[in-house]
Amino acid sequence: MDFGLSEEQLLLQQTIDRFLEAECPSTRLHEIFDGDEAVDGSLWRGMIELGLGGLTIPEPYGGAGLGLIDLALASETLGRRAAPGPFLGHALAGVAIALGGNEEQRERWLPSLATGRCLATVALAEAGGRWDPARWQARVQGGRVTGGKAWVPCAHAADLLVVGVEGGGLALVERTAAGVEIAAVDGVDRTRRLDDVTLENAPCDVLERSRDVGGRVRDAGLCLVAADAFGGATRCIEMAVDHANTREQFGVTIGHFQAIKHRLATMSVEVEPSRALFWYAAHAWDAVPEDRQRAASLAKAHITDRFMQTARDAVEIHGGMGFTWEGDMQIWLKRAMFDRMFLGSPAAHRERVARVSGW
Amino acid sequence: MDLGFSEEHEAFREEVRRFLADGWPLKGEEANLKRRAQAALFRKRAIERGYLARAIPKAYGGSERPSDPLRATIIASEFARVHAPRDPGAPISQLIATLASHGTEQQKKKFLPPTITGEMVWCQGYSEPGAGSDLASLRTKAELVGDEWVINGQKIWTTAAGVAHMIYLLCRTDPDAPKHKGMSYLLVDLNQPGIEVRPLKEMNGDAHFNEVFFDDARTPADYIVGRPGEGWIVSRSTLAHERNAVGASVAVRVQFERLVELARTSERNGRPAIEDPIIRDRLAELDGYVTSHEYSGYRQLTMDVRGEKRGAIGMMNKLVSTEIGHRVAKLAFDLAGEAGLRAPLGDRKPKGDPDWMTQYMMSLGLSIAGGTSDIQRNIIGERGLGLPRDFVAQKGAR
Repeated sequence: MDFGLSEEQLLLQQTIDRFLEAECPSTRLHEIFDGDEAVDGSLWRGMIELGLGGLTIPEPYGGAGLGLIDLALASETLGRRAAPGPFLGHALAGVAIALGGNEEQRERWLPSLATGRCLATVALAEAGGRWDPARWQARVQGGRVTGGKAWVPCAHAADLLVVGVEGGGLALVERTAAGVEIAAVDGVDRTRRLDDVTLENAPCDVLERSRDVGGRVRDAGLCLVAADAFGGATRCIEMAVDHANTREQFGVTIGHFQAIKHRLATMSVEVEPSRALFWYAAHAWDAVPEDRQRAASLAKAHITDRFMQTARDAVEIHGGMGFTWEGDMQIWLKRAMFDRMFLGSPAAHRERVARVSGW
Repeated sequence: MDLGFSEEHEAFREEVRRFLADGWPLKGEEANLKRRAQAALFRKRAIERGYLARAIPKAYGGSERPSDPLRATIIASEFARVHAPRDPGAPISQLIATLASHGTEQQKKKFLPPTITGEMVWCQGYSEPGAGSDLASLRTKAELVGDEWVINGQKIWTTAAGVAHMIYLLCRTDPDAPKHKGMSYLLVDLNQPGIEVRPLKEMNGDAHFNEVFFDDARTPADYIVGRPGEGWIVSRSTLAHERNAVGASVAVRVQFERLVELARTSERNGRPAIEDPIIRDRLAELDGYVTSHEYSGYRQLTMDVRGEKRGAIGMMNKLVSTEIGHRVAKLAFDLAGEAGLRAPLGDRKPKGDPDWMTQYMMSLGLSIAGGTSDIQRNIIGERGLGLPRDFVAQKGAR
């Protein structure tokens, strides 16, 4: 029985947090948020140097060979700092190829994903809210794939797309290949840009080593998004507490008022216990296969709901400045909106929980 | 991360199970004893084996075992599984902790052994009509007259006062001292002419609470725990125990599974309620809270094992479990349908019947007892998040 973090895991989080505190303070975060580039080159290179390109990639392929729990802990810290960039898609692509790739595919892609020489992403959803692998329709025929993929993170900056295909499988498509068209989406969360991808007879390479690879990668994604949301929510509470401890009205800091104090306590009580939920979901993905699906959907539904409400509450506690573009709160609120809808709504995941629980 | 128990601990679990298989429920002649006598007999045996009263020295009737949160967890869950008597819960556990850390040699020898086994039944005299959340404003007073304390005043919300032998009491012994410094902690025999106990009927029809009136009630001068004026310090450590004791996440999971069962057996629009999309959504939403709390429990257990401080999460358990209780109660009420027009059964409920109408009301009681939810929010805000203390509380503390 040891349900807690190791020294190494704490160090990983601390290292990422310090890096982002130094390299992506509020001013820089706003510049990137307002800028045209989906991927800030120097920030992403810094993350790659920290090893974030290959945390779960097996050691023989140049990664750290860690578990999904470690990737989720990294995701938590990135969420905490609202880190902009392509981490989510890149990390999931690494999980997908490690899980479903044959020796040749792993050899070819994993080392360059770990070093960041190749930027990858995942194209899972299709229009009409089809996040569920069972509902993917992109069709593979004779080594070519045809279909439309929606809400793809950082597709136009990526070199490699891991595409969800009919039957819940995954296929690799190079972004520059013939028949790949990418159109930017005007997304709400400008720290994680999205694109629509149209594939018309694009050459592809199917990942065939593992059955249900699409489902497992989607579940890994649910854990990472849940972790991101947890990190974001805890940061919202910290920022709101800081504000309550500095902002003065009626001659005292507003944290003196029970209206504010109880609201903050409630936010904290809603969020803090769910740390154990995303830990468990990621741990289950690694080690408790029979509970993987339920835990992943439960964590995603529960924690992204909490993040949404916490971000809204934090905006209100910040008062007028919380509502401005120049304030920080808008960025976290939009991260919450992204986390809540990306990979499927909380309601959809609660229905999945009901189904896999046998209700 | 590892959610399993080591071989050593699994072997310990087996040992506990074997003990329970023979030991509870009692068999033969022993099964005819009164309930309290059965529990006391069983507890004595469990203490001999080192399963109960582990923190109490052998000299005072305990089993004196080294602190081991994992063994303690295994014992608690195995005992709970077969409904075997465990260490007395709040508020008696607070008295035990107080006596063990602040009692005189004589007090510990006299009171701890029968209190641990449950032979000596206690109730807690803290709250008063005018002193609830602001406990330190209590007014029941005790004066030392010769070699006795003479006590006058009133206590309220006193659980089990109708069956208890003794009451432990916070009362004012120095009316001129600042309010936190003028209190003492007394042990008083309930069976005397100066004490009257009146039951208080609760909203569900039961009467677990009482009012206790003191009219020149008496107790020996040396039945004080700590020195005169130290009552608040002594009582504070025990209150912290009470806040933890209610937050058992395992019980929350059991309650949730019962709710799922209720959803399976109730109907909604002519079909099992569990097939209704709204019910499924509400159950799954609740499961998010329940599962968080469940694994949060393992997280805190790990912190205990590692000797780490729990921090803010340790202050949240009571509020988290009572908030879940509210949600369970509301969903159960909706699932009950027309049965929601019936009066709760309370003490008349058959064994094994969850009686959701009683639970619907009990969820409110739990959020008030042992520190109301709004007081919990103050504690979390001030001690957990570092927000400033209340103006009024600051004034009172000075």
